[in-house]
Amino acid sequence: MIPVLSVQGLKVSFRTDAGMASVLDDVGLTLERGQVLGVVGESGCGKSTLIRAIMGILPGAARVNAGQIVFEGENLLVFTERELNQQIRGSRIGFIPQDPLLSLNPVFKVGSQLLEIMRDHAPPGTSRADHIQRLVSLLRRLQVPGPDNALERYPHQFSGGQRQRLLIAAALACSPGLVIADEPTTALDVTTQHEILLLLRELVDELDISLLFVTHDLGVVAALCDTVCVIYAGQTVESGPVEAVLRAPSHPYTQALLACHPERSVSFTGIGGTVPSPLRMPTGCRFAPRCGYTEPICAVALPIATRRKSGADVRCVHSG
Amino acid sequence: MILRFVLRRCALAVPSLIGLLVLTFVLIRVVPSDPAAAMAGDAATPEQIAQLRHEYGLDRPVWEQFFVYAGKAVRLDFGESAFSHRPVALDIAQRLPATLELTFAAMAISIFLGVPLGVFAALRHNQWPDFALRMVSVLGVAVAAFWVAIMLQLLFAMELGWLPLRGELSVSVPPPVRLSGFLLVDSLLTGRFDAFGDGLAHLVLPAVTLALGGMASIVRFTRAGVLDTLQQDFVTYERAMGYRRMRLIWRYVLRNSVTATITQIGLLFGGLIAGGVVVEAIYDWPGIGSYTVNAILTGDHQVMLAVTLLIGVVYAVVNILTDLVHGLVDPRLMDRS
Repeated sequence: MIPVLSVQGLKVSFRTDAGMASVLDDVGLTLERGQVLGVVGESGCGKSTLIRAIMGILPGAARVNAGQIVFEGENLLVFTERELNQQIRGSRIGFIPQDPLLSLNPVFKVGSQLLEIMRDHAPPGTSRADHIQRLVSLLRRLQVPGPDNALERYPHQFSGGQRQRLLIAAALACSPGLVIADEPTTALDVTTQHEILLLLRELVDELDISLLFVTHDLGVVAALCDTVCVIYAGQTVESGPVEAVLRAPSHPYTQALLACHPERSVSFTGIGGTVPSPLRMPTGCRFAPRCGYTEPICAVALPIATRRKSGADVRCVHSG
Repeated sequence: MILRFVLRRCALAVPSLIGLLVLTFVLIRVVPSDPAAAMAGDAATPEQIAQLRHEYGLDRPVWEQFFVYAGKAVRLDFGESAFSHRPVALDIAQRLPATLELTFAAMAISIFLGVPLGVFAALRHNQWPDFALRMVSVLGVAVAAFWVAIMLQLLFAMELGWLPLRGELSVSVPPPVRLSGFLLVDSLLTGRFDAFGDGLAHLVLPAVTLALGGMASIVRFTRAGVLDTLQQDFVTYERAMGYRRMRLIWRYVLRNSVTATITQIGLLFGGLIAGGVVVEAIYDWPGIGSYTVNAILTGDHQVMLAVTLLIGVVYAVVNILTDLVHGLVDPRLMDRS
């Protein structure tokens, strides 16, 4: 069976005043149908750029230099802006943004915004009344209070958690095959976070959708995801089934990330150093300057990903 | 909810109107020229002046004069113009529609050109259309209206002969029956399409002259507003969810971007009525502006007072309307009050 989403060798660079900055350099991931894939990495590692590249909403200064993004068998990189709008965004790929407080248009009723999406992307032959009915039943399923008149209200009349539910409803409105969620719980308090995560997992199983879940929290990955893809400095460093990667992490960066997790770490050590600037990437392994196992070869040769016994693909010269 | 909002704003306007009454009253008291002497003329004897002073209550205690003045102002009784010898309120009522017609026309031009140009400049941020529009809008603010007026007259009236030079209607065209007082409205209502066409031709140059400054500032504020909105998270989200570009910009982005523009339009409206004075004088437009110029030149106190109060009331009303439009555009404001 072909995967829902497959990204191979994706390279994206940004034009800056200081020259071309390579933000994504050989990122790959595969999402199978009905599964949840967690994309993990520190701030600035290229997670948002990856999402934007998939949806074709990179800023004007960005260029895709290489690679392919295959969604349900079609390479999205050859789609025009118009085709993406008509066939992909909002209809076959739903999006759940990071900050529910800032992502809804403050001066339009929730209904106007959700119906705007359905207007262009719902199956042909459905009427506005059908759309309203569909949205109301989704809002009821998502436990939004007062689902019958929620569409008539404005975003500021809802709490953060409720707004995230509205955005989830928007993402699901046109029955997409893939939903991309960009750290959808970071702006919420811990209890609300937990509820939203449970809800997402239920919806994935219930509606037969595939979910690409971007986060920096490995705890969330463990709770929600089937597979995981760890990104460092614009490169996939380790990917595979969640149990394999989290139980026996092979890449030193994954190990370091796990060691930092508050539930596991003994002290708040963190990872020494910072993510290298996309303008001055190390020539060899990008994690080498911060790695505890560095050998001379790490500074010169960029390792390629190899399959390990655990079942994970790891980009490191140390055979695990 | 909207009614409560409006009533609240109206109540808030009352103190400023009272303040305006006090201020105008004090102003007449401190003006060096003696109103009674001005009315009586140069040849008057001291007895005649005293007689006039008594007639107008200028010999009564100050506070009493104020209450008489305020009471009359509320009843729109501004006495007679010292020169037309007609009630000032009547003169104003007759001339106000012409000014409003000119002002609305200028408003319409500056909004319907200024807003789209501002959006266009923002979408072409830091490209040549943006630079060109920025330069033009700086010029629009900087260039004096009287200069523009004369240049337009020279070019379009004198040189090309496309548009009439001055006035509201050609002498050869009999004015339509007066219903609302608005020339264009009345000529439409009475089916006088010849008067409508002629009136419209007369309106173009003064309206364009008056519109330029306002349009320039509307372009700038709209451009800044749109640029700011385009940075917001919800715009990224709307793009990601496949909103059509045209609807995204002209509906979802624009409505978030016009707060400052609306404030600006409100200020402009008051400013246009006051600023129309020069334009009306140059184009010989039969409105409040030319009337006021005449009153100032001849020292007609009653008229100056009434016009000052009128402009104050216009500002107050426009402020209420501006607040209301703000509330309608951004429901968060309505909920907060």
